[in-house]
Amino acid sequence: MHHSIEVTNLSYSYPDGHQALREVSLSIQPGEKVALVGPNGAGKSTLILHLNGILMGQGSVCVCGLEARKENFGRLRAMVGMVFQSPEDQLFSPTVYDDVAFGPLYQGLPPDEVRCRVDEALASVRMSDYAGRVSHHLSVGEKKRIAIATVLSMKPEVLVLDEPTAGLDPRSRRSLIRLLRELPLTMLASTHDMLMVRELFPRMVIMDEGRVVVDGQTAELMQDVALLEAHGLERPG
Amino acid sequence: MHVHFLDPYRPRRSPVHSLDPRVKLVLAIAFLFSVALTPPGAWPVYLLLLSLVLSVEVLSELGVRYVLKRSLLALPFVLAALPVIFTAQGAPALELTIGPWTLTITQPGLERFISIAFKSWISVQAAVVLAASTSFPDLLLAMRAIRVPRLLVAIFSLMWRYLFVLVDEVLRLLRARTARSGNTGDPALKTGGSLAWRARVAGGMAGSLFLRAIERSDRIYMAMVSRGYDGEVRAMPMPELRPSHWVVLLSGFILLALLLLISYLF
Repeated sequence: MHHSIEVTNLSYSYPDGHQALREVSLSIQPGEKVALVGPNGAGKSTLILHLNGILMGQGSVCVCGLEARKENFGRLRAMVGMVFQSPEDQLFSPTVYDDVAFGPLYQGLPPDEVRCRVDEALASVRMSDYAGRVSHHLSVGEKKRIAIATVLSMKPEVLVLDEPTAGLDPRSRRSLIRLLRELPLTMLASTHDMLMVRELFPRMVIMDEGRVVVDGQTAELMQDVALLEAHGLERPG
Repeated sequence: MHVHFLDPYRPRRSPVHSLDPRVKLVLAIAFLFSVALTPPGAWPVYLLLLSLVLSVEVLSELGVRYVLKRSLLALPFVLAALPVIFTAQGAPALELTIGPWTLTITQPGLERFISIAFKSWISVQAAVVLAASTSFPDLLLAMRAIRVPRLLVAIFSLMWRYLFVLVDEVLRLLRARTARSGNTGDPALKTGGSLAWRARVAGGMAGSLFLRAIERSDRIYMAMVSRGYDGEVRAMPMPELRPSHWVVLLSGFILLALLLLISYLF
């Protein structure tokens, strides 16, 4: 059995010379739900963008047994459902339906299959009634759910989320957490929401200054207040 | 994840960089006018103007190659002057027959076209040096100091400030689209969708970008109003010009006036 996500010695510098990742290694088993935490600028988002080849650094990245190389990018992007922090970026089509259908249409699936995928994806985020709506007018919580539906419609094997609960009110946050718990996918989420980490992610990876500092069981790491504070984190009350 | 490529400013410690931005702006504008006013075919003066701008380039430590590379931007605009070759009156130099039409290239036309091309190339070099040796905020201060309408300066400055924000936004949109542009690995399926569909998606993206730009401008305006903005942009007054800068300014003027004089006399 291959690991779902296998990152080895990954380093990356932005074109302006800023080194965002230094020798990062990480391996995630199929079905595992892992939280990626750490202060702003720790390299979490940069790491995430490597998982489907949007960024390419030195080192190796393997997702679902496929190496992140140019010829695999198409397959990778179908297998890695990437939910960006701002749903504004993710929802670029006029209607909710168009947005959810983008992935399957791009893959060239037949129209019936596309329709089926869209219905399924919208149903799993409980937004079936919103298909004809204009995404622009939805609330942040609703947009977030639609953003997740836009990648679920591709039937990905791995779900990667960048700060999924940022900017959500408590009720939207609660329903998002419930939704993420139900989804039977391998999951990697970069987040600052330590309460959600404790609730949802059994495993936690702390990043700081472009390195993986600690990788372990959430329940254990949450006890280590000194470690959390050293990396700009707080133990949830 | 930010875009830096747009900023033409290149910090150096050259005498051109440390010159007061007002002097630089005024001299650059004066230079552009002198180049524009030089009559067509005044080749010796063109060479003098070129050597003038080249020496400023050397003095600015930007590297002549850098400026020449950026000045290639002028090339497409030269095409606008192309019809002059055929329309100017004078002795025919060459006749082209294309089907039923005959195009006549005249000697004065050719001379005028080459003059325009050469002049625009020199002018763009001057603009490149100005933009590369003066930071944009300094340029704005200079514009305000020489009484460019304030509203115009305010528009420039807001545009400059939010251009990067918008470009970042475009970048994130494109990235989100790329992230969902996958294939199933099934060779029977044609990925990418039809051209019309892709065009529609791109249109949707442009539209959503436009909506977001409008919304952002509303938010910016509200934030400005809540800090007391009343339609008038105020700025700290700039210090008086130093005598040495006056000298540079005046000698620049005299030099350009001399060149213009020569171009009309000979």
